[in-house]
Amino acid sequence: MDIFDSLALGFATALTLNNLLYCFIGVFLGTAIGVLPGLGPAATIAILLPATFALPPVTSLIMLAGIFYGAQYGGSTTAILVNLPGETSSVVTALDGYQMARQGKAGRALATAAISSFFAGTVCTLLIAMFAPPLTEFALKFGPAEYFSLMVLGLIASIVLASGSIVHALGMIVIGLLLGIVGTDVNAGTQRFTFDHLELADGISFVIVAMGLFGIGEIIANLEHEATRDVSVSKVEGLMPTRQDWGRMVAPVLRGTAIGSVLGILPGGGAALASFGAYALEKKVSRNRAQLGSGAIEGVAAPEAANNAAAQMSFIPMLTLGIPANPVMALMIGAMIIQGIQPGPGVIKEQPALFWGVIASMWIGNVMLLILNLPLIGLWVRMISVPYHYLYPAILCFCSIGVISLSNSSFDVYLMALFGLLGYIFKKLDCEPAPLLLGFILGPMMEEFLRRALLLSKGDPMVFLTRPISLTMLILAAGLLMLVLLPSFSKTREVAFQEEAV
Amino acid sequence: MPSWITSPRDFWTGLVYITIGGGALWLALGYRLGTAGKMGPGYFPQVLSVLLIGIGVIALLRSVMIKSQPVSHLAWKPLLLITGAIAAFGTLVQGAGLVVALLALILLGAAASREFRFDVKAFVGMVVLISLCGLVFVKGLGLPLKLVGPWLAPAFQSVLRTLGVAP
Repeated sequence: MDIFDSLALGFATALTLNNLLYCFIGVFLGTAIGVLPGLGPAATIAILLPATFALPPVTSLIMLAGIFYGAQYGGSTTAILVNLPGETSSVVTALDGYQMARQGKAGRALATAAISSFFAGTVCTLLIAMFAPPLTEFALKFGPAEYFSLMVLGLIASIVLASGSIVHALGMIVIGLLLGIVGTDVNAGTQRFTFDHLELADGISFVIVAMGLFGIGEIIANLEHEATRDVSVSKVEGLMPTRQDWGRMVAPVLRGTAIGSVLGILPGGGAALASFGAYALEKKVSRNRAQLGSGAIEGVAAPEAANNAAAQMSFIPMLTLGIPANPVMALMIGAMIIQGIQPGPGVIKEQPALFWGVIASMWIGNVMLLILNLPLIGLWVRMISVPYHYLYPAILCFCSIGVISLSNSSFDVYLMALFGLLGYIFKKLDCEPAPLLLGFILGPMMEEFLRRALLLSKGDPMVFLTRPISLTMLILAAGLLMLVLLPSFSKTREVAFQEEAV
Repeated sequence: MPSWITSPRDFWTGLVYITIGGGALWLALGYRLGTAGKMGPGYFPQVLSVLLIGIGVIALLRSVMIKSQPVSHLAWKPLLLITGAIAAFGTLVQGAGLVVALLALILLGAAASREFRFDVKAFVGMVVLISLCGLVFVKGLGLPLKLVGPWLAPAFQSVLRTLGVAP
């Protein structure tokens, strides 16, 4: 099958009335929840996950992908209109976007964000369609040793490229890996860390972990700083960018898309790093660099193109290797497992309709965002203006009903409260919960690959070093860790993420 | 906190890591270790627990070597009310039914906010939210949840009968 046949199959799958409808619902709900201040894409997906479980696998993944784009776009909307970025990747957009909004150019800033994202999304859909199949071919050669080393590399890279302390990110990963072990050991049948609770025999559902850490923990943390929340929304009018705007947009969008596509494949802070990188590049090369920071359209176009490109490209490791590059992809993998699909290079062969359907739906989702969001902007503004103390009880209700719907067990609800508590305490101690979720998803896979690799080598750990692909990955992982420990690099890294603290 | 602990954040996280790692190791020692070539169920968790304890020790060392901002106090009110509200929902939802469980969840949860006032607007909001949840999740998506649970069903029936709306 060449790429055009594949894409045709994809569009045939994604364009059925049912899938189109759920793609629309996903994009709509994703944007609606995503615009709410303080809710990033991971939290949005966690809250809306249970709504997709009853659907067939293809439809549910299409809807989830739609939720993801919607949430991503919703986050930019909030960043531009009220200067409250819901996630690190839209922090940069807020810099110039909010200034534009204050100058009465909110509509044009929003349109710029939408158009830049759409362009980047289109390019990346094509890139994914081109590069995913050969990468899958390559991945099929992987044995358990390669997979184990790849996961080590993925986890290490995800913390090096993300912000925050390395020690604590490592700690969070290991806690996640340990939590992933809870349940019945597949090989020996031993109950591990279940405390004789039958409810834990199948392990902890990742929905509970994600909702607790990202949903509930976030609510408690937000309530602590309630008084500081200020949501005065700027007026939105004049959506169409002027001809001059278009002219200024082209180059930054192209540069942003390029940076985002490259950085997006890397595990970890792809999207955040991409938007910071794109903004930094504009500061160096843009003709209007003097205006950056005081409402320049380049400052919206470049980072928005970059973070959308990166967000889209992070589907590549997820679809081809079954390895999550960030918490959002971890949630997608969790959803696939719940649907009975084993993520990995096998998906493209065994479920071509699903694989290509999801890719085609990415582009359709981007089109929908473009046509849906600009006319609906009034609705989003109203959503943003809802005071937080009316909002969070509703989120509590959705999370609680979502968890009880998993297996109708009160135990799951208590567990979510516990993870909410943990999420709040980790947040308090400046420990990002995202690495924990990555570790939690990868834990069972890592154990299985480690076990198989060492079984094949009769217990000889050198197997990870004698196989060239595995060795390369471990060297890369070690190199990344060494790099971070170098004082000069860690200083650069701190500077790169400095603006996040604002 | 003694003055030689210059980074309380690392101190507390270190303690958290060592506690979790220690607890996990203690449990995992009860599982068969096996050998590297034929791993038992205890192998991976024991390795991870030791790793976590190690990271905890590094964090404790950091706590006396580097300086950082003090950790602010826990916000007990939202913490207890939100987790309590969710626990109440979990306890009530099977027996008393979704309506009562949501009532408890919303009231306890909303009380965590500084802006909480039980006025007409809030009451209307609560009724709308509960009706919406009932309609969407139970009637619409068909979740196997009862609006009125077995604990309250007889009383509910007799109220309906007195009102003359049920046989």
